[in-house]
Amino acid sequence: MDLIANHISHRFGDLAVLDDVSFTVGAGEVVAIVGPSGCGKSTLLSILGGLLQPTSGAPELRGAPPADSLNPLTFVFQDFALLPWATVEENVEFPLLHTQLSAAQRRALVDDALRRTGLTDFRTTYPKQLSGGMRQRVGISRALAVKPAILLMDEPLSALDSQTRELLMEDFVRLLADGGMGAVYVTHNLEEAARLADRIVVLSRRPGRIREVVTVPMTRTERGEIAAREKLLALQNQIWSLIRNEAIDAEREVQHA
Amino acid sequence: MLDRAGTSAKDDTTRRVRFRGAGFVPASSRFGGWIALALVIAIWQAAGSAGLVNPLFLPAPAAIARAIYQLAMSGALWQHLSASLLRIGVGWVLGTAAGVAVGFAIGLSRLARSVGITFISALFPIPKIALLPLLILWLGIGEEPKIATIALGVFFSTAISVYSGVDAVPRNLIRMAQSFNVPFATIVRKVIWPGALPAILAGFRITASVALLLVVSAEMIGAQYGIGAFVLQAGNLMQTDQLLAGVVILSVFGLVVGKVIGWLETRLLHWR
Repeated sequence: MDLIANHISHRFGDLAVLDDVSFTVGAGEVVAIVGPSGCGKSTLLSILGGLLQPTSGAPELRGAPPADSLNPLTFVFQDFALLPWATVEENVEFPLLHTQLSAAQRRALVDDALRRTGLTDFRTTYPKQLSGGMRQRVGISRALAVKPAILLMDEPLSALDSQTRELLMEDFVRLLADGGMGAVYVTHNLEEAARLADRIVVLSRRPGRIREVVTVPMTRTERGEIAAREKLLALQNQIWSLIRNEAIDAEREVQHA
Repeated sequence: MLDRAGTSAKDDTTRRVRFRGAGFVPASSRFGGWIALALVIAIWQAAGSAGLVNPLFLPAPAAIARAIYQLAMSGALWQHLSASLLRIGVGWVLGTAAGVAVGFAIGLSRLARSVGITFISALFPIPKIALLPLLILWLGIGEEPKIATIALGVFFSTAISVYSGVDAVPRNLIRMAQSFNVPFATIVRKVIWPGALPAILAGFRITASVALLLVVSAEMIGAQYGIGAFVLQAGNLMQTDQLLAGVVILSVFGLVVGKVIGWLETRLLHWR
Protein backbone atom coordinates (compact mmCIF):
# COMPACT_ATOMS: atom_id res chain seq x y z
CA MET A 1 0.00 0.00 0.00
CA ASP A 2 1.38 3.40 -1.00
CA LEU A 3 0.50 6.70 0.64
CA ILE A 4 0.38 9.64 -1.75
CA ALA A 5 0.38 13.35 -0.98
CA ASN A 6 -1.42 14.68 -4.02
CA HIS A 7 -0.87 18.45 -4.47
CA ILE A 8 -1.69 19.23 -0.85
CA SER A 9 -2.07 22.90 0.11
CA HIS A 10 -3.38 24.24 3.37
CA ARG A 11 -4.21 27.59 4.94
CA PHE A 12 -5.23 28.50 8.48
CA GLY A 13 -7.39 31.53 7.75
CA ASP A 14 -5.13 34.00 5.94
CA LEU A 15 -2.00 32.08 6.79
CA ALA A 16 -0.77 29.80 4.02
CA VAL A 17 0.92 26.82 5.68
CA LEU A 18 1.49 24.31 2.89
CA ASP A 19 1.81 24.94 -0.81
CA ASP A 20 1.30 22.18 -3.34
CA VAL A 21 3.14 19.34 -1.63
CA SER A 22 3.30 16.06 -3.53
CA PHE A 23 5.23 12.87 -2.82
CA THR A 24 4.66 9.15 -2.49
CA VAL A 25 5.56 6.81 0.36
CA GLY A 26 6.02 3.34 -1.08
CA ALA A 27 5.19 0.13 0.80
CA GLY A 28 7.68 -0.42 3.61
CA GLU A 29 9.47 2.84 2.88
CA VAL A 30 10.48 5.32 5.59
CA VAL A 31 10.18 8.97 4.54
CA ALA A 32 11.32 11.73 6.87
CA ILE A 33 9.92 15.24 6.58
CA VAL A 34 12.24 18.00 7.77
CA GLY A 35 12.15 21.76 7.50
CA PRO A 36 12.44 24.97 9.51
CA SER A 37 10.04 25.32 12.44
CA GLY A 38 6.55 26.40 11.47
CA CYS A 39 6.90 25.06 7.93
CA GLY A 40 3.81 22.87 8.27
CA LYS A 41 5.46 19.49 8.88
CA SER A 42 3.00 18.40 11.55
CA THR A 43 0.07 19.90 9.64
CA LEU A 44 1.10 17.83 6.64
CA LEU A 45 1.18 14.68 8.76
CA SER A 46 -2.29 15.39 10.19
CA ILE A 47 -3.58 15.82 6.64
CA LEU A 48 -1.91 12.60 5.46
CA GLY A 49 -3.49 10.69 8.37
CA GLY A 50 -6.99 12.08 7.78
CA LEU A 51 -7.15 14.20 10.94
CA LEU A 52 -7.24 17.51 9.09
CA GLN A 53 -9.00 18.53 5.85
CA PRO A 54 -6.55 20.20 3.45
CA THR A 55 -7.65 23.41 1.72
CA SER A 56 -6.84 21.77 -1.60
CA GLY A 57 -5.34 18.53 -2.83
CA ALA A 58 -5.79 15.26 -0.97
CA PRO A 59 -4.02 12.38 0.72
CA GLU A 60 -4.56 9.15 -1.20
CA LEU A 61 -3.90 5.45 -0.78
CA ARG A 62 -2.92 3.12 -3.60
CA GLY A 63 -3.19 -0.64 -3.34
CA ALA A 64 -4.73 -2.79 -0.64
CA PRO A 65 -3.47 -2.62 2.95
CA PRO A 66 -2.04 -5.83 4.47
CA ALA A 67 -4.88 -8.25 5.24
CA ASP A 68 -4.25 -8.31 8.99
CA SER A 69 -3.97 -4.53 9.40
CA LEU A 70 -6.64 -3.09 11.70
CA ASN A 71 -5.62 0.53 11.13
CA PRO A 72 -3.35 0.95 8.09
CA LEU A 73 -2.39 4.57 8.90
CA THR A 74 -1.44 4.77 12.57
CA PHE A 75 -0.10 7.78 14.45
CA VAL A 76 2.63 7.96 17.07
CA PHE A 77 2.25 11.31 18.81
CA GLN A 78 4.84 13.74 20.10
CA ASP A 79 3.07 14.03 23.47
CA PHE A 80 2.32 10.27 23.55
CA ALA A 81 -1.48 10.84 23.94
CA LEU A 82 -1.90 8.14 26.56
CA LEU A 83 -5.09 7.83 28.61
CA PRO A 84 -3.87 8.75 32.12
CA TRP A 85 -6.65 6.75 33.81
CA ALA A 86 -5.78 3.54 31.96
CA THR A 87 -2.95 1.12 32.68
CA VAL A 88 -0.29 0.33 30.09
CA GLU A 89 -2.16 -2.72 28.81
CA GLU A 90 -5.50 -0.88 28.78
CA ASN A 91 -3.89 1.88 26.74
CA VAL A 92 -2.51 -0.63 24.25
CA GLU A 93 -5.86 -2.42 24.09
CA PHE A 94 -7.83 0.82 23.66
CA PRO A 95 -7.75 0.93 19.82
CA LEU A 96 -8.86 -2.73 19.71
CA LEU A 97 -11.94 -2.38 21.92
CA HIS A 98 -14.31 -1.35 19.15
CA THR A 99 -13.10 -4.00 16.68
CA GLN A 100 -14.73 -7.36 16.05
CA LEU A 101 -11.89 -9.21 17.77
CA SER A 102 -12.61 -11.59 20.65
CA ALA A 103 -11.12 -10.93 24.07
CA ALA A 104 -8.57 -13.70 23.48
CA GLN A 105 -7.54 -12.25 20.11
CA ARG A 106 -7.19 -8.79 21.62
CA ARG A 107 -5.14 -10.21 24.44
CA ALA A 108 -2.79 -11.94 21.98
CA LEU A 109 -2.25 -8.69 20.04
CA VAL A 110 -1.65 -6.72 23.24
CA ASP A 111 0.80 -9.33 24.56
CA ASP A 112 2.72 -9.31 21.29
CA ALA A 113 2.87 -5.50 21.12
CA LEU A 114 4.00 -5.23 24.75
CA ARG A 115 6.68 -7.85 24.20
CA ARG A 116 8.04 -6.09 21.11
CA THR A 117 8.45 -2.87 23.06
CA GLY A 118 9.79 -4.45 26.25
CA LEU A 119 6.75 -3.44 28.31
CA THR A 120 5.55 -6.86 29.45
CA ASP A 121 6.60 -6.20 33.04
CA PHE A 122 4.82 -2.83 33.10
CA ARG A 123 1.37 -3.88 31.94
CA THR A 124 -0.47 -2.85 35.10
CA THR A 125 1.45 0.42 35.52
CA TYR A 126 -0.19 3.82 35.02
CA PRO A 127 1.35 6.38 32.63
CA LYS A 128 2.21 8.83 35.43
CA GLN A 129 4.46 6.17 36.98
CA LEU A 130 6.54 5.85 33.80
CA SER A 131 9.44 7.90 32.45
CA GLY A 132 8.99 9.83 29.21
CA GLY A 133 10.79 7.17 27.21
CA MET A 134 8.65 4.37 28.60
CA ARG A 135 5.51 6.43 27.91
CA GLN A 136 6.48 6.78 24.28
CA ARG A 137 7.14 3.03 24.19
CA VAL A 138 3.51 2.60 25.28
CA GLY A 139 2.49 4.89 22.40
CA ILE A 140 4.53 2.77 19.99
CA SER A 141 3.18 -0.44 21.48
CA ARG A 142 -0.39 0.82 20.99
CA ALA A 143 0.45 1.62 17.37
CA LEU A 144 1.96 -1.82 16.78
CA ALA A 145 -1.11 -3.57 18.26
CA VAL A 146 -3.26 -2.50 15.29
CA LYS A 147 -0.69 -3.81 12.77
CA PRO A 148 -0.19 -0.61 10.79
CA ALA A 149 1.01 -0.52 7.21
CA ILE A 150 2.42 2.98 7.64
CA LEU A 151 3.32 4.67 10.92
CA LEU A 152 2.74 8.41 10.99
CA MET A 153 5.25 9.67 13.54
CA ASP A 154 4.95 13.28 14.64
CA GLU A 155 8.26 14.26 16.29
CA PRO A 156 8.05 11.12 18.43
CA LEU A 157 11.33 11.80 20.24
CA SER A 158 11.30 15.56 20.67
CA ALA A 159 9.75 15.48 24.16
CA LEU A 160 12.53 13.19 25.42
CA ASP A 161 16.03 13.77 26.73
CA SER A 162 18.97 12.93 24.49
CA GLN A 163 19.88 9.60 26.11
CA THR A 164 16.32 8.30 25.95
CA ARG A 165 16.11 9.55 22.38
CA GLU A 166 19.18 7.49 21.47
CA LEU A 167 17.67 4.34 23.01
CA LEU A 168 14.32 4.78 21.30
CA MET A 169 15.99 5.47 17.98
CA GLU A 170 17.62 2.04 18.28
CA ASP A 171 14.14 0.61 18.90
CA PHE A 172 12.84 2.32 15.76
CA VAL A 173 15.72 0.97 13.67
CA ARG A 174 14.88 -2.52 14.92
CA LEU A 175 11.11 -2.16 14.35
CA LEU A 176 11.55 -0.79 10.83
CA ALA A 177 14.34 -3.21 9.92
CA ASP A 178 12.30 -5.91 8.19
CA GLY A 179 10.70 -3.47 5.75
CA GLY A 180 7.19 -4.75 6.52
CA MET A 181 6.11 -1.41 7.91
CA GLY A 182 6.57 1.98 6.31
CA ALA A 183 6.66 5.31 8.09
CA VAL A 184 6.34 9.02 7.62
CA TYR A 185 8.64 10.54 10.20
CA VAL A 186 8.24 14.24 10.94
CA THR A 187 11.21 15.71 12.78
CA HIS A 188 13.29 18.83 13.15
CA ASN A 189 16.23 16.66 14.14
CA LEU A 190 18.39 15.97 11.09
CA GLU A 191 20.29 13.19 12.83
CA GLU A 192 17.08 11.23 13.39
CA ALA A 193 16.09 11.79 9.79
CA ALA A 194 19.46 10.61 8.46
CA ARG A 195 19.49 7.54 10.73
CA LEU A 196 15.98 6.33 9.99
CA ALA A 197 14.75 7.49 6.60
CA ASP A 198 15.10 5.99 3.15
CA ARG A 199 14.27 9.39 1.73
CA ILE A 200 14.20 12.82 3.31
CA VAL A 201 11.68 15.39 2.12
CA VAL A 202 13.05 18.87 2.82
CA LEU A 203 10.36 21.53 3.12
CA SER A 204 10.89 25.26 2.71
CA ARG A 205 9.86 27.88 5.19
CA ARG A 206 6.16 28.64 5.51
CA PRO A 207 4.24 28.16 3.31
CA GLY A 208 5.96 24.77 3.13
CA ARG A 209 6.96 23.67 -0.37
CA ILE A 210 9.18 20.72 -1.24
CA ARG A 211 12.70 22.09 -1.66
CA GLU A 212 14.40 18.82 -2.25
CA VAL A 213 14.03 15.09 -1.74
CA VAL A 214 17.27 13.50 -0.54
CA THR A 215 17.81 9.76 -0.83
CA VAL A 216 19.91 8.18 1.90
CA PRO A 217 22.31 5.85 0.09
CA MET A 218 22.71 3.21 2.84
CA THR A 219 20.62 0.53 4.52
CA ARG A 220 19.52 1.27 8.05
CA THR A 221 21.75 -1.49 9.41
CA GLU A 222 24.79 -0.04 7.66
CA ARG A 223 24.09 3.35 9.19
CA GLY A 224 24.62 1.98 12.69
CA GLU A 225 28.27 1.21 11.92
CA ILE A 226 31.10 3.56 12.85
CA ALA A 227 32.30 3.75 9.25
CA ALA A 228 28.97 5.25 8.19
CA ARG A 229 29.23 8.15 10.63
CA GLU A 230 31.10 10.47 8.35
CA LYS A 231 28.76 9.89 5.45
CA LEU A 232 25.74 10.52 7.64
CA LEU A 233 27.28 13.72 8.99
CA ALA A 234 27.96 14.90 5.46
CA LEU A 235 24.34 14.17 4.60
CA GLN A 236 23.10 16.09 7.64
CA ASN A 237 25.32 19.04 6.68
CA GLN A 238 23.97 18.95 3.15
CA ILE A 239 20.39 19.16 4.44
CA TRP A 240 21.30 21.77 7.05
CA SER A 241 22.80 23.99 4.36
CA LEU A 242 19.47 23.75 2.55
CA ILE A 243 17.42 24.97 5.49
CA ARG A 244 19.82 27.00 7.63
CA ASN A 245 19.05 30.45 6.25
CA GLU A 246 15.33 29.82 6.32
CA ALA A 247 15.55 28.44 9.85
CA ILE A 248 17.14 31.74 10.92
CA ASP A 249 14.36 33.71 9.24
CA ALA A 250 11.72 31.45 10.75
CA GLU A 251 13.15 31.89 14.23
CA ARG A 252 13.23 35.67 13.94
CA GLU A 253 9.68 35.87 12.70
CA VAL A 254 7.05 37.40 15.00
CA GLN A 255 4.49 34.75 15.91
CA HIS A 256 0.95 35.15 14.67
CA ALA A 257 -1.19 35.12 17.78
CA MET B 1 34.98 37.36 45.76
CA LEU B 2 33.77 40.06 43.47
CA ASP B 3 32.57 42.55 46.06
CA ARG B 4 35.80 42.20 48.06
CA ALA B 5 38.14 42.63 45.14
CA GLY B 6 39.95 45.52 46.80
CA THR B 7 40.90 43.82 50.05
CA SER B 8 44.36 42.37 50.14
CA ALA B 9 44.05 39.97 53.13
CA LYS B 10 43.20 36.42 52.06
CA ASP B 11 40.45 34.80 54.13
CA ASP B 12 40.78 31.01 54.27
CA THR B 13 38.12 30.13 56.83
CA THR B 14 35.21 28.06 55.51
CA ARG B 15 31.66 29.05 56.30
CA ARG B 16 28.54 27.09 55.76
CA VAL B 17 26.07 28.51 53.19
CA ARG B 18 23.12 29.78 55.19
CA PHE B 19 19.86 27.86 54.51
CA ARG B 20 17.23 30.27 53.23
CA GLY B 21 14.67 28.02 51.57
CA ALA B 22 12.30 27.53 54.54
CA GLY B 23 8.54 28.04 54.49
CA PHE B 24 6.04 28.64 51.70
CA VAL B 25 5.13 24.94 51.57
CA PRO B 26 1.38 24.28 51.68
CA ALA B 27 1.54 21.67 54.44
CA SER B 28 -0.34 21.55 57.74
CA SER B 29 0.56 19.79 60.94
CA ARG B 30 -1.45 16.69 61.73
CA PHE B 31 -3.17 17.63 64.99
CA GLY B 32 -2.93 21.43 64.78
CA GLY B 33 -6.49 21.89 63.57
CA TRP B 34 -8.02 19.64 66.22
CA ILE B 35 -6.04 21.26 68.99
CA ALA B 36 -7.15 24.73 67.86
CA LEU B 37 -10.79 23.60 67.68
CA ALA B 38 -10.63 22.05 71.16
CA LEU B 39 -9.00 25.20 72.50
CA VAL B 40 -11.73 27.49 71.10
CA ILE B 41 -14.47 25.24 72.52
CA ALA B 42 -12.73 25.14 75.90
CA ILE B 43 -12.41 28.95 76.06
CA TRP B 44 -16.03 29.31 74.94
CA GLN B 45 -17.17 26.85 77.62
CA ALA B 46 -15.06 28.55 80.29
CA ALA B 47 -16.46 31.96 79.37
CA GLY B 48 -20.00 30.54 79.57
CA SER B 49 -19.44 28.77 82.89
CA ALA B 50 -17.87 31.88 84.42
CA GLY B 51 -20.96 33.87 83.48
CA LEU B 52 -19.03 36.18 81.16
CA VAL B 53 -21.41 35.52 78.27
CA ASN B 54 -25.20 35.75 78.44
CA PRO B 55 -26.48 32.22 77.55
CA LEU B 56 -29.42 33.77 75.72
CA PHE B 57 -27.05 35.20 73.11
CA LEU B 58 -24.39 32.51 73.11
CA PRO B 59 -25.08 29.31 75.06
CA ALA B 60 -22.05 27.28 76.17
CA PRO B 61 -20.98 24.23 74.12
CA ALA B 62 -22.20 21.92 76.89
CA ALA B 63 -25.69 23.40 76.63
CA ILE B 64 -25.68 22.91 72.85
CA ALA B 65 -24.55 19.30 73.28
CA ARG B 66 -27.32 18.77 75.82
CA ALA B 67 -29.86 20.24 73.39
CA ILE B 68 -28.69 17.91 70.62
CA TYR B 69 -28.91 14.94 72.99
CA GLN B 70 -32.47 15.87 74.03
CA LEU B 71 -33.49 16.38 70.41
CA ALA B 72 -32.12 12.95 69.54
CA MET B 73 -33.85 11.27 72.48
CA SER B 74 -37.23 12.87 71.80
CA GLY B 75 -37.14 11.78 68.16
CA ALA B 76 -37.49 15.38 66.98
CA LEU B 77 -33.97 15.38 65.56
CA TRP B 78 -34.72 12.52 63.21
CA GLN B 79 -38.07 14.04 62.22
CA HIS B 80 -36.45 17.29 61.14
CA LEU B 81 -33.31 15.72 59.70
CA SER B 82 -35.18 13.12 57.64
CA ALA B 83 -37.44 15.81 56.14
CA SER B 84 -34.38 17.84 55.10
CA LEU B 85 -32.43 14.81 53.86
CA LEU B 86 -35.32 13.70 51.68
CA ARG B 87 -35.61 17.15 50.07
CA ILE B 88 -31.87 17.44 49.55
CA GLY B 89 -31.54 13.87 48.27
CA VAL B 90 -34.36 14.02 45.73
CA GLY B 91 -33.58 17.59 44.64
CA TRP B 92 -29.87 16.91 44.28
CA VAL B 93 -30.33 13.69 42.31
CA LEU B 94 -32.85 15.29 39.92
CA GLY B 95 -30.74 18.42 39.44
CA THR B 96 -27.54 16.42 38.99
CA ALA B 97 -29.06 13.99 36.48
CA ALA B 98 -30.44 16.83 34.37
CA GLY B 99 -27.25 18.88 34.78
CA VAL B 100 -24.99 16.01 33.68
CA ALA B 101 -27.18 15.32 30.64
CA VAL B 102 -27.37 18.99 29.59
CA GLY B 103 -23.67 19.57 30.38
CA PHE B 104 -22.64 16.68 28.13
CA ALA B 105 -24.97 17.87 25.38
CA ILE B 106 -23.42 21.35 25.53
CA GLY B 107 -19.92 19.88 25.61
CA LEU B 108 -20.50 17.61 22.63
CA SER B 109 -22.89 19.42 20.29
CA ARG B 110 -22.45 22.78 18.66
CA LEU B 111 -26.21 23.43 18.52
CA ALA B 112 -26.74 22.50 22.18
CA ARG B 113 -23.80 24.73 23.11
CA SER B 114 -25.10 27.85 21.40
CA VAL B 115 -28.63 27.37 22.77
CA GLY B 116 -27.67 25.99 26.18
CA ILE B 117 -25.02 28.53 27.11
CA THR B 118 -27.36 31.41 26.27
CA PHE B 119 -30.05 30.12 28.60
CA ILE B 120 -27.64 29.12 31.34
CA SER B 121 -25.96 32.53 31.27
CA ALA B 122 -29.36 34.20 31.60
CA LEU B 123 -30.76 31.94 34.32
CA PHE B 124 -27.71 30.96 36.38
CA PRO B 125 -27.29 34.34 38.16
CA ILE B 126 -30.88 34.28 39.53
CA PRO B 127 -30.81 33.34 43.22
CA LYS B 128 -32.94 30.21 42.98
CA ILE B 129 -34.67 30.87 46.29
CA ALA B 130 -36.35 33.86 44.58
CA LEU B 131 -38.18 31.38 42.39
CA LEU B 132 -39.73 29.53 45.34
CA PRO B 133 -42.93 31.64 45.43
CA LEU B 134 -43.41 31.06 41.71
CA LEU B 135 -42.75 27.35 42.14
CA ILE B 136 -45.31 27.25 44.97
CA LEU B 137 -47.86 28.80 42.61
CA TRP B 138 -47.06 26.20 39.99
CA LEU B 139 -46.60 23.12 42.13
CA GLY B 140 -48.68 23.74 45.29
CA ILE B 141 -47.49 24.07 48.86
CA GLY B 142 -46.20 20.53 49.42
CA GLU B 143 -42.70 19.17 49.02
CA GLU B 144 -42.53 19.75 45.27
CA PRO B 145 -41.61 23.46 45.19
CA LYS B 146 -38.82 22.96 47.78
CA ILE B 147 -37.40 19.99 45.87
CA ALA B 148 -37.71 21.89 42.59
CA THR B 149 -35.83 24.89 44.06
CA ILE B 150 -32.97 22.62 45.14
CA ALA B 151 -32.98 20.77 41.81
CA LEU B 152 -32.79 24.07 39.90
CA GLY B 153 -29.90 25.34 42.01
CA VAL B 154 -28.01 22.08 41.59
CA PHE B 155 -28.81 21.82 37.87
CA PHE B 156 -27.10 25.02 36.77
CA SER B 157 -23.88 24.48 38.73
CA THR B 158 -23.72 20.87 37.57
CA ALA B 159 -24.33 21.71 33.91
CA ILE B 160 -21.59 24.35 34.02
CA SER B 161 -19.04 22.12 35.73
CA VAL B 162 -19.84 19.21 33.36
CA TYR B 163 -19.43 21.17 30.14
CA SER B 164 -16.31 22.86 31.48
CA GLY B 165 -15.04 19.37 32.30
CA VAL B 166 -15.82 18.11 28.80
CA ASP B 167 -14.10 21.17 27.31
CA ALA B 168 -11.04 20.48 29.46
CA VAL B 169 -10.53 16.93 28.17
CA PRO B 170 -7.22 17.16 26.28
CA ARG B 171 -7.97 17.42 22.56
CA ASN B 172 -4.94 15.28 21.77
CA LEU B 173 -6.63 12.29 23.44
CA ILE B 174 -9.73 12.73 21.29
CA ARG B 175 -7.61 13.08 18.16
CA MET B 176 -5.70 9.96 19.18
CA ALA B 177 -8.98 8.01 19.50
CA GLN B 178 -10.16 9.36 16.13
CA SER B 179 -6.87 8.30 14.54
CA PHE B 180 -7.73 4.72 15.52
CA ASN B 181 -11.28 5.03 14.08
CA VAL B 182 -12.81 4.70 17.55
CA PRO B 183 -16.55 5.39 17.21
CA PHE B 184 -18.17 8.48 18.75
CA ALA B 185 -19.99 6.62 21.54
CA THR B 186 -16.80 4.86 22.64
CA ILE B 187 -14.89 8.16 22.62
CA VAL B 188 -17.56 9.64 24.89
CA ARG B 189 -17.53 6.63 27.22
CA LYS B 190 -13.81 5.88 27.33
CA VAL B 191 -12.17 9.27 26.81
CA ILE B 192 -14.52 12.15 27.54
CA TRP B 193 -16.34 10.72 30.56
CA PRO B 194 -13.21 9.75 32.55
CA GLY B 195 -11.48 12.93 31.39
CA ALA B 196 -14.34 15.12 32.61
CA LEU B 197 -14.83 13.22 35.87
CA PRO B 198 -12.43 15.32 37.98
CA ALA B 199 -14.35 18.49 37.08
CA ILE B 200 -17.69 16.74 37.63
CA LEU B 201 -16.69 15.59 41.12
CA ALA B 202 -15.35 19.05 41.94
CA GLY B 203 -18.78 20.33 40.87
CA PHE B 204 -20.41 17.94 43.34
CA ARG B 205 -18.69 19.75 46.19
CA ILE B 206 -20.25 23.01 45.07
CA THR B 207 -23.71 21.56 44.41
CA ALA B 208 -23.77 19.82 47.80
CA SER B 209 -23.35 23.16 49.54
CA VAL B 210 -25.84 24.82 47.16
CA ALA B 211 -28.39 22.13 48.04
CA LEU B 212 -27.80 22.61 51.78
CA LEU B 213 -28.17 26.39 51.47
CA LEU B 214 -31.38 26.08 49.46
CA VAL B 215 -33.01 23.45 51.68
CA VAL B 216 -32.50 25.60 54.78
CA SER B 217 -33.77 28.73 53.00
CA ALA B 218 -36.81 26.95 51.59
CA GLU B 219 -37.65 25.43 54.94
CA MET B 220 -37.40 28.82 56.60
CA ILE B 221 -39.91 30.21 54.11
CA GLY B 222 -42.51 27.54 54.60
CA ALA B 223 -42.19 24.14 56.25
CA GLN B 224 -43.35 22.43 59.40
CA TYR B 225 -40.41 20.03 59.61
CA GLY B 226 -36.81 20.30 58.49
CA ILE B 227 -33.61 21.67 59.99
CA GLY B 228 -34.26 25.11 58.50
CA ALA B 229 -37.77 25.26 59.96
CA PHE B 230 -36.44 24.05 63.30
CA VAL B 231 -33.70 26.71 63.44
CA LEU B 232 -36.22 29.43 62.59
CA GLN B 233 -38.70 28.25 65.25
CA ALA B 234 -35.97 28.06 67.87
CA GLY B 235 -34.93 31.62 67.02
CA ASN B 236 -38.50 32.88 67.29
CA LEU B 237 -38.79 31.28 70.72
CA MET B 238 -35.35 32.59 71.72
CA GLN B 239 -34.19 29.00 72.39
CA THR B 240 -30.62 29.78 71.41
CA ASP B 241 -29.26 26.38 72.50
CA GLN B 242 -31.75 24.65 70.18
CA LEU B 243 -30.94 27.09 67.39
CA LEU B 244 -27.22 26.40 67.67
CA ALA B 245 -27.91 22.66 67.94
CA GLY B 246 -29.51 22.94 64.48
CA VAL B 247 -26.52 24.89 63.18
CA VAL B 248 -24.10 22.26 64.51
CA ILE B 249 -26.12 19.51 62.82
CA LEU B 250 -25.91 21.41 59.50
CA SER B 251 -22.17 21.76 59.92
CA VAL B 252 -21.75 18.04 60.63
CA PHE B 253 -23.92 17.20 57.62
CA GLY B 254 -21.74 19.39 55.39
CA LEU B 255 -18.59 17.74 56.74
CA VAL B 256 -19.96 14.23 56.13
CA VAL B 257 -20.92 15.07 52.54
CA GLY B 258 -17.45 16.55 51.98
CA LYS B 259 -15.86 13.35 53.30
CA VAL B 260 -18.03 11.18 51.03
CA ILE B 261 -17.01 13.22 47.97
CA GLY B 262 -13.36 13.06 49.06
CA TRP B 263 -13.67 9.28 49.32
CA LEU B 264 -15.26 9.12 45.85
CA GLU B 265 -12.39 11.18 44.45
CA THR B 266 -9.71 8.89 45.88
CA ARG B 267 -11.62 5.84 44.59
CA LEU B 268 -12.38 7.13 41.10
CA LEU B 269 -9.42 9.42 40.43
CA HIS B 270 -6.58 7.30 41.85
CA TRP B 271 -4.78 7.64 38.51
CA ARG B 272 -4.06 11.33 39.08
